[in-house]
Amino acid sequence: MYPEDYRYTKEHEWIRVEGDTGTIGITFHAQKELGDIVYVETPKVGTTITAGKAMGSVESVKAVSEIFAPVSGEVLAVNDELASKPEKLNADPYGAAWLVKVRLSNAPEVKGLMTAAAYQEYTAAEGSH
Amino acid sequence: MEPAGAATALQRTPLYSLHRSMGAKMVDFGGWDMPREYSGIIDEHLAVRTRAGIFDVSHMGEVEIRGPQALQLVEWVTPNAASRLQDNQVQYSALLYPQGTFVDDILVHRFGPEHFFLCVNASNQRKDYEWIVDQNRFDAEVEFASEKYAQLAVQGPQALATVQKLTRTELASIRYYWFARGEVLGIPAILARTGYTGEDGVELYLPPEEAERVWKAVLEAGREFDIRPCGLGARNTLRLEAKMALYGHEIDDTTTPWEAGLGWIVKLDKGDFLGREALVKQKEQGVARQLAGFEMRERGIARDGYVVRVDGRPAGRVTSGSPAPFLKKSIGLCYVPVERAGLGQRIEIEIRNQPVGAVIVPTPFYSRKK
Repeated sequence: MYPEDYRYTKEHEWIRVEGDTGTIGITFHAQKELGDIVYVETPKVGTTITAGKAMGSVESVKAVSEIFAPVSGEVLAVNDELASKPEKLNADPYGAAWLVKVRLSNAPEVKGLMTAAAYQEYTAAEGSH
Repeated sequence: MEPAGAATALQRTPLYSLHRSMGAKMVDFGGWDMPREYSGIIDEHLAVRTRAGIFDVSHMGEVEIRGPQALQLVEWVTPNAASRLQDNQVQYSALLYPQGTFVDDILVHRFGPEHFFLCVNASNQRKDYEWIVDQNRFDAEVEFASEKYAQLAVQGPQALATVQKLTRTELASIRYYWFARGEVLGIPAILARTGYTGEDGVELYLPPEEAERVWKAVLEAGREFDIRPCGLGARNTLRLEAKMALYGHEIDDTTTPWEAGLGWIVKLDKGDFLGREALVKQKEQGVARQLAGFEMRERGIARDGYVVRVDGRPAGRVTSGSPAPFLKKSIGLCYVPVERAGLGQRIEIEIRNQPVGAVIVPTPFYSRKK
């Protein structure tokens, strides 16, 4: 459920880093908690995002949730398909339903994020309240 | 993503453990730990519109009023004409403050000339009961009866066919907004042809200890219709498409029936009742604002509490806003100045500080073919 080579945030985003590029999405846990996703708002190509700051939002039938940037950087690409097919975020949150690709401006930020094992523990603890 | 909040000391219905074991996603609804969804809000919503669904609505409250002057008390605390009810008939009504605003919206069932059964909102049940007791200057007994009843709502075009398998009471002969006191699986039950979805269906009031048995039997009986267990998420989207008011949203202690488009539950000619004087006055003066339905014309989803702009200026707020799964639109209800509430009126909804275009449309957004 949590790819080993990804890093995770407490706000339930993931990032996969290749060189100086990061691909960002929301986790399986996030989409499951949200339920049917019907709307996605992502930052525009060329804009910069800042680690820990809101960079967009996803909406389920029931609620709006902000997406927080796991890292800082410049947006290189946006998954435009999600605008017309937001339900893909429920079906394939780690693959086809990535949100944005960014060029990292502060690569060490990634080290501060959770590993798959740490994230799994974190979500388990959160769910046991 | 915001982490979900921790739940503390929430109230539970008799079906709580079953919901958990069946994998429902739970939510804190006005202090109650209730199923938000089972298979998904969209899936459940469409099941109710096209087939059947069952909801646990045991969180709803019940108040029973008995005695020689039971009718006088009901007439005093509600604006609709309870005197026009016959035995086994149901009426949508309200409890109003002297200023004409809502204590709650309620269903009044007449069990007999001296016995009325009120179904009230979960989070208001104590307040409602105390309000009625405070207003009781009649020879009537008021009972807080919520603990005596579990409530299951079976809704959808196949709801009657489903429940009919479990009861000897002939459901087709119960008219809309009427009820029967009969049985389900031999268990004494009130079977009411009512609901909060805009579909045909029945609401069953049962002894709490029997709720689980009936819930399971309904799911089994509805299997041929592909029935779905449903949560409060779908209940909300269904009632919104049908433009049914939700306390705390369209109506509360600041809104009157005139403003909320519920003037039809106010019978000014029935004699005096709580709120009447204020409502007469407001009717003479005219209301300043009015509840209106809108649909988004630009990309975006209006949510509860969002600011509504008219002519570029803040003019009201969204009371309920959501994607409408059956209509496949983004819809909502809002209060706007009366002179700007006309059909076709362009408005804007402020979504994350951006004005997004919408238009006032006829309501209900959805009405079933009868």
